[in-house]
Amino acid sequence: MTKETFKRPDGRKVDETRKITAKVGIIPNADGSAMFSFGDTIAYAAVYGPRKMHPQHAQNPEKATLRCDYSMLSFSTKERIRPGPSRRSTEISKITEWALEPVLLIDQYQNMVVDVFINILQANASTRCAGINAAAMALAHAGIPMKNLVSSVSIGKLDKQLVVDLIKEEEDWEDGEGATDIPITMTADGKITHIQLDGKITIKQLKEAVELARKATSDIYEIQKQALKEVAGEE
Amino acid sequence: MTEEHSRKVVIPGEVIAEGADYLPGEGTEKQGEGIVALRYGLAEESNKLVKVIPLSGVYQPRRGNVVIGVVENVTFNGWVVNLDTAQGGFLPLSEYPRYVNKDEVGEVMGIGDMIVAKIFSINQRGIDLTMRLKGLGKIDRGMILKINPNKVPRVIGKEGSMISMIKDETKCRITVGQNGLIWIDGDKIEDEIFAKKAINFITEKSFVSGLTEEVKKWFEELKK
Repeated sequence: MTKETFKRPDGRKVDETRKITAKVGIIPNADGSAMFSFGDTIAYAAVYGPRKMHPQHAQNPEKATLRCDYSMLSFSTKERIRPGPSRRSTEISKITEWALEPVLLIDQYQNMVVDVFINILQANASTRCAGINAAAMALAHAGIPMKNLVSSVSIGKLDKQLVVDLIKEEEDWEDGEGATDIPITMTADGKITHIQLDGKITIKQLKEAVELARKATSDIYEIQKQALKEVAGEE
Repeated sequence: MTEEHSRKVVIPGEVIAEGADYLPGEGTEKQGEGIVALRYGLAEESNKLVKVIPLSGVYQPRRGNVVIGVVENVTFNGWVVNLDTAQGGFLPLSEYPRYVNKDEVGEVMGIGDMIVAKIFSINQRGIDLTMRLKGLGKIDRGMILKINPNKVPRVIGKEGSMISMIKDETKCRITVGQNGLIWIDGDKIEDEIFAKKAINFITEKSFVSGLTEEVKKWFEELKK
C-alpha cells in the first residue's frame, strides 16, 4: 500500500496529527499549569514547587527531584477505570519523569522536589504524549529553569505503514503485521529524550519514524510556544 | 530609556538576542553567538545585558530581600521562621535588635509572632535572617495581606512610586515583603482596609501598562 491509498479510520493523512489545542494557566492554585489535547485525548498538568521534599529521607542533597504522577480519571474511557495507582500509571509516571528530566536545570534546588500531577480527562490513545506535552508547558509556566521545551508524539506502524498520532481504533489494528505504537519525545532542537517501542519494526523504518516525529514535534512545539506567550498578557 | 518596547515574553530555549557583544544575565545562557532564555518570563535588555524577569512560579529568596514571616519554633539560640519558601528561615539570637538572655528567648518572641526581617545569607541549611537594621522588627499591630510574590514589583512601582502613593493616600505605614506578604499599619482600621483594597486593585490590574496613572485615577474617583 502506498502513502496515497492508505486509509486511516478517521480520514486523516498519514503524517497529520489530530486537532491540537493547548492552554496555559488553567489551575490558579498551582504554581504552573497547562492543558494539552490531541483531538479527544485531553491531559491536564499542574506543577507545584520547587518545595521541600517530604519524607526527609527521600531528599537529594545534590539537586532537586522531579516527581511525576500520571493518572487517568475514572470516567476517561467508556469502561470505568478504577481510581488509584496501577501498574500502568506508575510506569507512565516514571517514563514522564525520564522524558522531562534531561531538559530541567534543577541542580540549584537541593533537597527540594518539583511535583507534576498529570490527569487524563478523556482518553483516546496517545495519553502519555499529551501528558508530557502538558507537563512541559506547566513546568515552564511554573518558572522552573529549563534548557528547552519538550514535545511528544506517538508514531504508529499499521501493518507496514507509518502514521502520526494514533487513535484507539488504530492501536487495535489487526490487518497484516498489526499495530506497533512508538511514543517519541523530543526537544525543540530535535534531540530525543524518550522513545518507547514494543512490537516489530526494521531499523530503516524506525529511522523513518523518528523523522516523522521530528516533523510532528516541531509543529507541536510551535503550539506550546504560542500558548505560553498568550497567557503572559492576562496575568 | 527604551525599556518598554524591548520587553517581550520568552520561553525556555528561545534565542533572545544574537550577537557577540550581548552579555547573559539572570535566567539566560550564552550558546554560541546567541543569548538563550533558560526560563519563562519577560526578557529585558539594558546596556547589552540581557536578563529574564520571572512572571510566575514560587518566590526565590535572595540576599538582601526584606521578607515577612511567622515564628514557627523557638530554639535555644534563635527562632525558626516560616517565610513561605521551600527552605526554612532562621533568626539567630545575635541578630535580634537588642541583647537577649539565652533563657528568655521564648519570652521575647513566641510561636505565631510575625516579623519583618532581612535575608543576610542563604546556605545549604537554610535562610539566615537579621533584624538589626532600620525598619525591621516584630509586628505587633496592623494587618497582613498575602499577594502573589511575582506581583510585588508592581505594588512597589518604579523606585517605590506606587507604594509611596498608597502610603500618602491612605495614611498607612506599609511594609512589602519580597515573599508576597504585606504589613499594613494605620491609625484607623478603615485606613487599613482602604490600603488593602488599593493593593488588591493593583494585583488584579498588574498587566496594565501605565498602572501608576490608573491607580491615581482610582484614588481620585473614590475620594469624590
